[in-house]
Amino acid sequence: MTFLYAAAIAAYSGCGLYLMLSRHVVRIILGLALLTNGAIFLIFFSGRIGAMQPAVIPLGDKQLALDAANSLPQALALTAIVIGFALTAFAVALLVAAYKRLDTLDAREMTAAEDMGSPFLPPDGRPAEGRPAEGRPAEGRPAEEPAAAGRKSDEVKTNG
Amino acid sequence: MADQLDLLWPVLIPITTAALAACFWYNIKVQRIISFIGLVLLFAASVKLTMTVVEQGVIAKQFGGWAPPFGISFVADPLAAALVAITGLLALTVGIFGFYDVRARHERAGFYPLFHGMITGVNGAFLTGDAFNLYVWFEVMLITSLGLLVISRSREQLDGTIKYGILNLFGTILFLIGLALLYGATGTLNMADLARVLPGMTMTPGLMTAAMLFLAAFAIKAGLFPLFFWLPASYHTATFAVGAIFAGLLTKVGVYATFRTFTLLFLIEGETLRYVFTFIAAMTMITGVFGAAVQWNIRRILSFHIISQIGYMLMGLAIATPIAWAGASFYIIHHIIVKANLFLLAGAIRAAGGSDDLRKTGGLLKSHPWLAVLFLIPALSLAGLPPLSGFWAKFLVIDASLRAEYYGLAAVALVVGVLTLFSMMKIWMEAFWKASPVKPSRRRHVPLAFIIPIAMLGAVTMTIGLFADPFVTYARNAAEVLVDPPLYIAPVFGAEAAAEAGALIAGEAVEAEMIDNGPVDGVEEEVR
Repeated sequence: MTFLYAAAIAAYSGCGLYLMLSRHVVRIILGLALLTNGAIFLIFFSGRIGAMQPAVIPLGDKQLALDAANSLPQALALTAIVIGFALTAFAVALLVAAYKRLDTLDAREMTAAEDMGSPFLPPDGRPAEGRPAEGRPAEGRPAEEPAAAGRKSDEVKTNG
Repeated sequence: MADQLDLLWPVLIPITTAALAACFWYNIKVQRIISFIGLVLLFAASVKLTMTVVEQGVIAKQFGGWAPPFGISFVADPLAAALVAITGLLALTVGIFGFYDVRARHERAGFYPLFHGMITGVNGAFLTGDAFNLYVWFEVMLITSLGLLVISRSREQLDGTIKYGILNLFGTILFLIGLALLYGATGTLNMADLARVLPGMTMTPGLMTAAMLFLAAFAIKAGLFPLFFWLPASYHTATFAVGAIFAGLLTKVGVYATFRTFTLLFLIEGETLRYVFTFIAAMTMITGVFGAAVQWNIRRILSFHIISQIGYMLMGLAIATPIAWAGASFYIIHHIIVKANLFLLAGAIRAAGGSDDLRKTGGLLKSHPWLAVLFLIPALSLAGLPPLSGFWAKFLVIDASLRAEYYGLAAVALVVGVLTLFSMMKIWMEAFWKASPVKPSRRRHVPLAFIIPIAMLGAVTMTIGLFADPFVTYARNAAEVLVDPPLYIAPVFGAEAAAEAGALIAGEAVEAEMIDNGPVDGVEEEVR
């Protein structure tokens, strides 16, 4: 049984880490969400599985039953779930805003912050003759895509 | 009892202010007034807390009247109290700076609730005595700081926030995993209780993993080598007020958490762990200072210097002698003030010279000579020139490293100090000395709201530098608690338990006694 739980946590964390290695920002967020869930499971199981009795003191008794479940990890897991949910929701909202402004979800193309005051670019922050700047991939950039065509980029290039 | 309430106000005031400001979402004027009152009250409360701690030593409060390991405890030791006081000062000065720097559209986007929410998270993280609670405060701090960072919703900020957010989220998840392992091994997450239990346990692989996960998580938060990349990628995109409070406080919360963990819970002992810490400290100093050398944007230079300065603090931790920890505590206090001041000065330089890019500004010595003076105070203090606060901070840390015979580390620290001076001189030469590359069309005024906080923080730097003695004494007191965990345990569990724990820590070297109780057994024993 313990092995099964351990395998489940490993699967969650492994998938999460794998997704985080992607260049596609949405996948990174999904990976973070999975990894959070792996951590939450770990908290939950760190209280040990086995005791099935609810941690409630029966009427008249003064102490918990011997085989009462440990309720603290459940409280911790609940807290972590709520926090994880809030942060994932924020991250998704942030991505929507970023996609609207930056027009991309590829981490390699998100260079706006890096270009701001970059020592490798002229002081006004714009590269000499259009992008790509030095050392940046030329392909995969939405080069001179006519803005009138609209953002038809539901399929975002991730290059693997 | 009243003293225990002192512990509560530094968290209660900002969270109330944030809630009230959020209630008046559409009435910006009311929000401004509430915010400023909140900042003044917070400063008063945090000073009061420090005074109480100075008088009475470590104080603790149990929430909800639960007996110690079960409820959440708040503990204020001298280090935490000093950090809370500095947070209060910094919040107030940045609040004044914000009178001019915070635009109406930032206010409409919820600047005040977010700002006070972040202060809540910072103070909570400093004061909590419960490891899981620390995680919660980290998340409070993270989500509000994400909101503050992206407040203008410009392309740069969105990009910077994504990087900042993802890497910091990953850090908190690592922390959470570490917490789960620690709970699984010990059955408790109260820091004082952990400090009681852990010395009697053998360092199993699970515990070692938990310790290293904590180190990795706090390394991301604090910007240690090699996990600092989110910091220079995002801090320069924030508005100036936000950048200053981030630069002053956020990484220091990570440093504080590292100190708390590796002085109270896991001790830095054994060759390997020492080697890891000294290596990280040296590399953090070196990479930070070299990263800064190539930059031209003032805030990017300063961001890299945050990293190199964090290296000094970690160096103090790594040496792990009482004087080194005193030096590091002093260093943290000094650094928060100086670094925030420099970030505010970046805003003032931009207001005076039109840009915070050194290639596009200049000639400020002629047009704003007093600004040059105000710049020199924190800049030379950062580089560690006497008689400013940075000199004493560096002196204490390097002196400790020489006494403990870490000559290599001391040499690195000295060289990095010289290179820091180089960066500060670069800003000086470019922004103040050289002639401006563009003809200023009109004379630019630096608003008074910028000058007052910069002068205030500069005055504090001068005070620490010229009258260092009380501050050094205070840092020694802070280090005493770090060195002697029973001092931290006593206010939470009572003197007896602390004495037992002290005996356990002292006896640990003599008899490596194994306690083979499963964690659940341990918990149940305590319940009965």
